[in-house]
Amino acid sequence: MTRILLRKMKKNQTGTITAVKVGGELGRRVREMGLVPGTQVTIQGRAPLNDPVALRIMGGTLTLRNNEADFIEVEVENDTA
Amino acid sequence: MTPQYTIALAGNPNAGKTTLFNRLTGARQHVGNYPGVTVEKKEGLYQVDETTQANIVDLPGTYSLTAYSVEEVVARDYLIHEMPPAVINITDAANLERHLYLASQFMELGVPIVIALNMIDVARDRGITIDAKKLAELLTVPVIPISARSGEGVPELMLAAVKVAREQKVWQPLVLSYGDDIDEALLEMEALIRAGSFLADLYPPRWLALKYLEKDEQIISKGETTAAKTGAVELHQQLLTRTQWVSDHLMATMETYPEAMVADHRYGYIKSILRQGVISRVYDENRIYTSDRIDRVLTNRILGPLIMLLVLLGLYHFTFTYSELPVTWLGNFFDWLSGTVNHLFPDGPLKSLITSGIIAGVGGVLGFVPIIMFMFFGIAILEDSGYLARVAFMMDRIFRIFGLHGSSVMAYIISGGIAGGCAVPGVMATRTLRSPRERMATLLTAPFMNCGAKLPVLALLIGTFFTRNQAGFMFMLTLLSWIVALVVAKFLRLTVLKGEATPFVMELPPYRLPTFRGLAIHTWEKTWQYIRKAGTVILGASILLWASMTFPGLPQADRDVFEAQRQVIKSGQLIAIDQQKRLAVVDGAEAEQALLNSLAGRLGSGLESVSRLAGFDWRTNIALVGGFAAKEIIISTLGTAYSLGDVDPNSDDSLAQTLGASPNWDQVKALALILFIMFYSPCFVTVACIIREAGSWRWGVFSMIFNTTFAFLLATIVYQAGKGLGLTG
Repeated sequence: MTRILLRKMKKNQTGTITAVKVGGELGRRVREMGLVPGTQVTIQGRAPLNDPVALRIMGGTLTLRNNEADFIEVEVENDTA
Repeated sequence: MTPQYTIALAGNPNAGKTTLFNRLTGARQHVGNYPGVTVEKKEGLYQVDETTQANIVDLPGTYSLTAYSVEEVVARDYLIHEMPPAVINITDAANLERHLYLASQFMELGVPIVIALNMIDVARDRGITIDAKKLAELLTVPVIPISARSGEGVPELMLAAVKVAREQKVWQPLVLSYGDDIDEALLEMEALIRAGSFLADLYPPRWLALKYLEKDEQIISKGETTAAKTGAVELHQQLLTRTQWVSDHLMATMETYPEAMVADHRYGYIKSILRQGVISRVYDENRIYTSDRIDRVLTNRILGPLIMLLVLLGLYHFTFTYSELPVTWLGNFFDWLSGTVNHLFPDGPLKSLITSGIIAGVGGVLGFVPIIMFMFFGIAILEDSGYLARVAFMMDRIFRIFGLHGSSVMAYIISGGIAGGCAVPGVMATRTLRSPRERMATLLTAPFMNCGAKLPVLALLIGTFFTRNQAGFMFMLTLLSWIVALVVAKFLRLTVLKGEATPFVMELPPYRLPTFRGLAIHTWEKTWQYIRKAGTVILGASILLWASMTFPGLPQADRDVFEAQRQVIKSGQLIAIDQQKRLAVVDGAEAEQALLNSLAGRLGSGLESVSRLAGFDWRTNIALVGGFAAKEIIISTLGTAYSLGDVDPNSDDSLAQTLGASPNWDQVKALALILFIMFYSPCFVTVACIIREAGSWRWGVFSMIFNTTFAFLLATIVYQAGKGLGLTG
């Protein structure tokens, strides 16, 4: 298990959120969408210009910009590839 | 009969709130605005049984009850001040965990809610079973599975809501634990608030303490003003100090924020309830569904943008091609009306007022109606189907550079990003943007696009002065309009609309087939709003503009001179055709004199000393003043100013010949004028819409002054540079 930033996750990779290190409006928006520690996320894909990123979470799809994903830490299975 | 109960509808965006509201109230709905903000307030009546009626209030869709967006403040203030006896919280059954986050905040406040598990049929198809009874027991609120689309469960939901409303229970806030540090602080702060009965008439004490800890700006500033008035300054300070202490403590020990702890624990509470056998699934939660398969194509790296381009082109064609026929009908009708009045009334100011002021004004307003209807129908399809969110997703990277949002692209294209649109529906289309600063920047810059009314004017000038490669030239102008709109948007975002980017975090809702009923209601609502709000302003402005181009009329002495000339021609020995031609020349000259003598004419010639810098003479100035009513009027006003009589903007080439042959005109002047027309003040229909959408007349005035100044600077630079290079004639 390794901790990485959400931005670094690859397509179709799954992980569990361990920390969301941002307050203020962004922090609140991120949390009200369900991005809180303990939640499982899977990268569904990225926009044509690589940003924003689309995530599967709690059975729905969310998008956020890469610079917003930078505040979210995720624990993922060790990358064996 | 007056409704006995008020029942509010609340829920996340995309939970199906509008569908339910339309099903409940049908056509019996009323759309207004919440005082002071541009958020829509929808109300409607629902017949519960023969003797019971309920007034349904549709609250804006929100994900939570913080105070960051206008929608949230409106929803929260409504709940706190109106205290509705029952609130239906609509949730998406297939996304229950996330949707219960809002429910948990209603319960913290003590709002009497009934939870509607909407789209239960979709959930069932996905192999999700929800034990509504168990969920109701655990949450201690009624839970009713429904499908707003098919109507399944809706009567039961309403019965449950009415039952709650009848009970008139005292609001019972839910007490949750948010971890030791916060719980401890909450207890102390709650005791302080109770002791001082601080804001006791409005908020439950524990909830108020929680909002202080969450650093809720609206509540804290309210606390500050109330404290100053009631002499509770010390109490307010104590609450802030305690909040700061918890905040510092959490940062030092766990590197987190109080509001984060609170949110985490709310989710913890929801998870703990759902874990007790409420939801059972046949498939994995993140299984791939049809909607995701569609997304693999529609947001594909290469196919996605291509399809998007086709869809936007399609919307554009749909709007402007199909609305053409009704627009022509309306145009013909108003021409006929004008003609009839022309016959019925004697010549004079009254006739002129009716034809040029009132009929032209009303015609101008109604002429946009078909365009607006078609455009909103098209947008409603894109929005309700979920595609609009994908457009924002794909375009965001580019628009973000300019301080805008992925959704800004729609407003630009409709306004004339593909030459020939219209800024009126474009400005109205910015409503789909939920980020306030990005939305303002979009609606202020959308009028820079080349709308359909500027096209004939630009075409005339290009056709006269830039005869080589006209299509290429037009394309360059379209490109230029995009560049200017984006750069100005960036400039606005760095100055008057300064501020961080609004968080983009957004849902990509599953694709859904829109319902015709939903589309029809949506389209009618927007169109009616336009007619009602814009109509009154525009009619007034049209009359004002007419008056300024008509009064004061020519002095009697001057009119006598023209009349004498006519008499000479009439009495002369000329064949009929020659006589008519000469009479037309005299009529034209009189019209030119009258225009020059009018208020607008005096303004035009008065401004000549300034406008010379950009190469505009008084004739051009008057035409540009006329263009404020509608850009295509520039041609007919120029025609009058060059004493050509009535010039038809579409077919008459006498103006082109006159301009082309005039020694006063050359390519540099024409280019300066083209640039000015592209970027100067929006027409007043657009200004009226900007005022309405921005929620303040100041933004309307701003767009008139700012755009005109900007356009004038640009035109001056081009003209002076051209002159300096010796390119002028």
